[in-house]
This record gives sequence, structure tokens and C-alpha cells, in this order.
Amino acid sequence: MAMASLRREGRRFAAPLISSQPITAIRSSLIAEEQAPLGIRSISTQVVRNRMKSVKNIQKITKAMKMVAASKLRAIQTRAENSRGLWQPFTALLGDAPSVDAKKNVIVTISSDKGLCGGINSTSVKISKAIHKLTAGPEKETKYVILGEKAKAQLIRDSKKDIELSITELQKNPLNYTQVSVLADDILKNVEYDALRIVFNKFHSVVSFLPTMSTILSPEVVEREAESGGKLGDLDSYEIEGGETKGEILQNLAEFQFSCVLFNAVLENACSEQGARMSAMDSSSRNAGEMLDRLTLTYNRTRQASITTELIEIISGASALEG
Amino acid sequence: MIYLSFNKIIIIIIIILCKIFYSIRRRNRQKRVENNIQHPLSPADAPPLPISESADADAAAASSTTITTMFRQASRLLARSINQQPKMMARAFSTDVPATPTVDSTFVESWKKVIPNMEPPKTPLTFMQPRPSTPSTIPSKLTVNFVLPYASELSSKEVDMVIVPATTGQMGVLPGHVPTIAELKPGVLSVHEGNDVTKYFLSSGFAFIHANSVADIIAIEAVPIDQIDQSLVQKGLAEFTQKLSTATTDLEKAEAQIGVDVHSALNSALTG
Repeated sequence: MAMASLRREGRRFAAPLISSQPITAIRSSLIAEEQAPLGIRSISTQVVRNRMKSVKNIQKITKAMKMVAASKLRAIQTRAENSRGLWQPFTALLGDAPSVDAKKNVIVTISSDKGLCGGINSTSVKISKAIHKLTAGPEKETKYVILGEKAKAQLIRDSKKDIELSITELQKNPLNYTQVSVLADDILKNVEYDALRIVFNKFHSVVSFLPTMSTILSPEVVEREAESGGKLGDLDSYEIEGGETKGEILQNLAEFQFSCVLFNAVLENACSEQGARMSAMDSSSRNAGEMLDRLTLTYNRTRQASITTELIEIISGASALEG
Repeated sequence: MIYLSFNKIIIIIIIILCKIFYSIRRRNRQKRVENNIQHPLSPADAPPLPISESADADAAAASSTTITTMFRQASRLLARSINQQPKMMARAFSTDVPATPTVDSTFVESWKKVIPNMEPPKTPLTFMQPRPSTPSTIPSKLTVNFVLPYASELSSKEVDMVIVPATTGQMGVLPGHVPTIAELKPGVLSVHEGNDVTKYFLSSGFAFIHANSVADIIAIEAVPIDQIDQSLVQKGLAEFTQKLSTATTDLEKAEAQIGVDVHSALNSALTG
């Protein structure tokens, strides 16, 4: 029985050794990996044991990262849900015009600074590039403002000249409105825009993140759209209280809208980041667990094979002595 | 005269107000901590306040005491959050998507023409609860949504009247008010419902009154009047008047002026 299995394994050893190709690609030939070149008898379990130790460590680390992400998610989810009421009055007043025709578009892409969070940053960057393509045209220019390290790394490769501003280390201190307001002020000071498009991942649930685009129009565009009718048509029916001119109020309104919507967007994106990290680490620790099971089986097989080999040697030696 | 953008003005007001409100909230939190010690099983009502506190502490340029309180809060929060694990799982799904999401069709079509392989991103309209349409007769009650960045104080609350501190003075809003966009200055918001009047001191913001008797009030900080400390207000007023007289650059003058305005508004809120 053991001889048969050993002969089978021997055939498996022989084939990869003859092919003289790197064996790393073939998972099932793990046995062959640690097999020393022909001539040396003892089968060592050391290599398999090393792999098992490192995979177990990976499993522990990813499980811990998942717990950390879960606790951070809990903390930030309440804040994100509380801030959801902030952008709704603006949309109720000004409507939503994602297909507005604007000459100068600025795409504000929100992403995370740290990695290992699944595909959310790539999704944001893909959508930003698509919006860039959508809003491109004669006499139109589209620029990027990037929040977060990961989007910067991806966008700097092919759209370096279009990046107006990039901001990193947003989450060094817990997010609060004042910080985001300062940021919004900086962006508005340095960037000329007709329409601002904020791209972020909205937190729908722990496993689902919806890429979303919020549009904020500059006061001139708002006036133009209000005059031409359509969604903003009844903006003129609103009385203005305070300030000298309607233009001044609209300017303040646009700035305030930008900082409120940006605050909500940043919180939602942070929530999505933690949720995505949680699910990525969860699947990673599950994969590590499965790998560990397979390695354990391999280890046991190798161990038994080496014991069997020793027994055979002893017995054949003894029988040779007896004659 | 220097031009300060709206956001800049708001930031200065918040930083000034936080210094007052932080001490108030800390007093409240200490009372709450005592309650917590007596009722160790009390669940999720305490978290929002300590979290916003730590945020305010950052905004107010943390001193050493605030850092230690933040650490204490963080450790307490972590301990509480681990206990709340089963509760969290029940809340995994958010409930803010309305039953029939509205989509902007022109956007989706133009997207599909240029980028056929990718799903278009969602827009805020999808996530918005639809607002009631303008009724033909004036409704009897005003629906008020009062939102702050950290919480929705009042959402769709039916009241009789609100008085908002617009830049042109206190403005009373009744059901059937003409649609208005009002910029707010730091002052008192009072909500009248039947015989109860609740007063909040607001930092600046905006108020929208729509034709369907829905009022949206957006402010950054709001504190019930009875929680404001009179002595701190007086001290702040004196400090800022002094700063105004010794200010050299335009920016300093503007900041000191804003401080004086905010503190005198607080003063009149407490006395008036």
C-alpha cells in the first residue's frame, strides 16, 4: 500500500524534474518542491513547516486588521449617517444637474491614503477618468483635484498635466467639519470652475459601496440655468434675505454647498474604505485558512512518506542481513 | 476692507464658538459619565456626543487637557464598541435609499454613449427622499428640517412657527411663507410648537423656505441656550474687544470683529 503510493509520488517527482521548469506555478507539486535533487533519500518537512508558519501568521494579521477595520467602521458609520441630512436641503433647492453643460469642469476625486481596501480606489479613479472623457470637448477643460494618496498614484501616471491640486493625509486627525471647510476654501481659492464634480464611494452597506458623483455649479452657471428654465427655473421665485445682491448670496451658497457636500462625501468614503478593508481582510484570512488546510495535508503526507521510507530501509537492511 | 470668503467666516466663527461650547459639553459629559458608571449597561445614546467632542477638541487647537480627555474617550469608546458588536450587525444596511430611485436620464444616456462598458455613477437624486409638492391651500403646520454636520437636530418636524436669525434681523416663518433663501448670522433660532418654545444658539448658515411650507435650516453649531455659560461669554467679549482695538492687519481686524459680533450675539441671546 505504502509502496504503491510512494511509486505514485515518485512518478510525480520525476515529471517536474525532467521538465526542468520552475515548479512554483504548479500548486499540487509542493511535494516535488522540497524534494532535493536525485540521490538524496530523506524527505524534509522543513520547507512545508516554514510555509505553514508564515501562512498562519498572515491569517492572524489579516484577522486582526479585519477587527480593527470593523471597530473603525462602527465609529465612523454613525457620523456618516448623521451627516447625510446635510446635502439634502441643497439638492431640494437647486436640484441635481449632472449633465450640465459647463466649460470648466473640476473633478474632485476622493480616495484613501492606505491600501489593502479592495477595489474602491480603482473604481473611483475609473469613474473620474470616464467623467473626464465625458466632459471633454472643444473649448472645454477638465481638471482634477485629488484627495488621498491612492488616486494620486493612479492618476499621476497618465493625467499628470491635468492635476490641479492634490491633498493627502486627510485622516491623520479624526474628520471634522472645520478641517473639511478649510480644505474646501483652499480648493475654491486655487481653482477656477464652472462645475465641480465630486466622485466618491457612498456607503450603502457593509458589503456594498456605490460610486457616486455630486455636482456643484458655480453661481454664474446657476444664474444661467435659472434664466433658461428647466430644473432650476423656479429659483427666481425665491426671495433673497440678507446680503446686497443676489449674486453675493449665490456665491456664498455655492461655497457653503461645496463644503457641506464635501464633508459628507469624505465621511462616506472613509466609511466605504473601512468596510471594503473589512471584507478584503476577511476573504484574505479565509484564503489563508484554506491554504493552511492544504499545507497541513501535504505536511502529513510528507511526514508519513518519510517514515515509510525509513521503515523500508530498515526492513530491507534487516532482511539483507538475514540472508 | 479685506474680503473673506463665506467658508472662511464660518471657520472663524466655529473656532470661537468651540472654545465656549467645549467646556459646556465637557460639563455635560462628566454628568453623563457619572450616569454611565451607575448604569453600565446603557447602550448607544452616549456615543455621538463624545465623538463630536473629540472633533471639536481638534478644531479648537488641542491643549494637553483635551488630548488626555480624547485618549480617555477613545479607550472608553473602544470598550463600549466591542460590547456593542451584536447590535452593530443588525444595523448593517443603511435605510436612506427611497423606494423608487429617480435617475437623471439625460446623464445616463450621454454616459452610455461615451462609456458603454461601465455603469454610470449614482447621483444625489437617487438618494433623496422626494419632497412633498406645493399644496393649493396653505397647510396648517410648517415642516422643519434643522441639520448640523454632526446630526439632524430636527427632521420633518411639524411646528407652528420658527424664528431664524437672518443677516437682516430676526425673521419669523409661518406656514405659507413666500419661498426664501436667507443667509443666517450667529443668533438665536426659536422653534414654536403649541406652547413650547425651544431656543438654540446657531453659528451662521443658511435657511431655505420652500413653497410647500418646508423649511430647511442648515447651521454648523447649535447649542440650547440654557447650556451657555454667561461668565465665559463676558470674558470672551472683553477679550475680543481688546483684540479689535489692538489689531494691526486687516485679517486680524476682521477676525476680531467677527469675535465681537459672535460674543455680543451670545450676550443678547442670554439676556434677551
